[in-house]
Amino acid sequence: MAGLLADLGAFARGFRTTIGHIFRKPVTQQYPDVIPPVQTRFRGRHMLMRYDNGLERCIGCSLCAVICPAEAIYVEAAENSDTARYSPGERYAKRYEINMIRCIYCGYCQEACPTEAIVLGHEYAFSDYTRDGLIYTKDMLLVPDPRQAPATSASAAD
Amino acid sequence: MTAGDIVEYVVKSAIIIVFLLTAFAYMTLYERKLVGRVQVRHGPNRVGPGGLLQPVADGVKLLFKQAITPRGVDFPLYILAPAISVVAALVTFAVIPVGPGGVNLFGYRTDLWLADLDVGVLFVLAMSSLGVYGIVLAGYASNSKYSLLGGLRASAQLISYELSLGLSLVGVLMLTGSLSLNDIVNGQGGTWLGFIPRWYILVQPLAFIIYAISGVAETNRAPFDLVEAEQELVGGYHTEYTGLRFALFFMAEYINMVTISALAATLFLGGWRGPFFGGPWWLLLKIALLLTGYVLLRATLPRLRYDQLMHFGWRVLLPLSLLNIVITAIGIVLLG
Repeated sequence: MAGLLADLGAFARGFRTTIGHIFRKPVTQQYPDVIPPVQTRFRGRHMLMRYDNGLERCIGCSLCAVICPAEAIYVEAAENSDTARYSPGERYAKRYEINMIRCIYCGYCQEACPTEAIVLGHEYAFSDYTRDGLIYTKDMLLVPDPRQAPATSASAAD
Repeated sequence: MTAGDIVEYVVKSAIIIVFLLTAFAYMTLYERKLVGRVQVRHGPNRVGPGGLLQPVADGVKLLFKQAITPRGVDFPLYILAPAISVVAALVTFAVIPVGPGGVNLFGYRTDLWLADLDVGVLFVLAMSSLGVYGIVLAGYASNSKYSLLGGLRASAQLISYELSLGLSLVGVLMLTGSLSLNDIVNGQGGTWLGFIPRWYILVQPLAFIIYAISGVAETNRAPFDLVEAEQELVGGYHTEYTGLRFALFFMAEYINMVTISALAATLFLGGWRGPFFGGPWWLLLKIALLLTGYVLLRATLPRLRYDQLMHFGWRVLLPLSLLNIVITAIGIVLLG
């Protein structure tokens, strides 16, 4: 008889647990609808930054490409001239490509950069259907000119 | 039987079938939602507002699935098995009264039941036993060890629990003196002391508990779902079924749940009778409550082991149901 009562007690405890859980708020994150915030130091998609006057920070020194453990970065530098000036220094990055499939998002590039030109942002959902599509070129990485669209570049750089 | 009678029966049958199929579809959604909430999840909420169109999406998906027939099956039986399951499940509902007799509907006088058989309870039991054939034949015809084991378990389980299910109803039948479900509902009309409904659950609580447990076992639902124990038997008797044929088995299981709940409401909870407003709404409410119980059982209890199942059926439920009959008989003799 005592055994039966113990069994019934176990039943009651089980149902109290399950029924109690019905009234809890679900812990599921509704991912595509509600995107959870990432940590401030999260390392996502790269961005090539600009100065406030619109000039590119990158001076084409290739330190990022050298330190990159995955060899995902390719930089081809060119001389600035008075007629075509892209960055404050002598040289600028004529071509700047990152292979997003090779990149391991270690952040060494942003540590190596002497001008804080390359920064890892917060975007992380950028899958594609082709390998070629995931080699990001300078056009894709460069943030918009702050003189033309100040709001976007400021928020993307935080 | 006039032509009008035939039309009446056809219309009533169509209404019952449509109701049962809708109930099946939304029972799957309700179950997934409720189990989801128990597990602190949302459950399906992608298709339609709040996931309300999920059953439609599931149905369409199953409809367009390829119907695979494995090598070496006993083809006639393989095709017949799901059909037997569904037909047996659908037919049972015919004898359940959903409202009072002699109601005026759209200027036409009709009874709110499809058939008032003198042997209604017997018919229900016969049909629920017939449904086992679908499962057993599916296991036998599939040419698969998992299906066969599932089918064998089904036959053993159903023989064990059919007895207590039938015997648990005897108490009610003794009180009513009739096997007609209509008479049983009418026997529960009125109140004691003016406010307690004369439902048989209050005089036959033990019988109700035995019926509820056996009913869960009869429908192969958790915690008695050894027949389709995913972890051991892949899918049990429906391992080798795909697409629409698989959907039929699923349909049979859920319709059986609805029918067992409707029967429990009819036999023990006063059927369509209730305060303020009688008729189908009360029956629907009682069925919904019992189905919620079904889902909570599944969400709470782990599956029984095979020897526990047999032990519980033969050595606990069967003696208890016999004891209930004896007590009921003594009570009837003593109290007149």
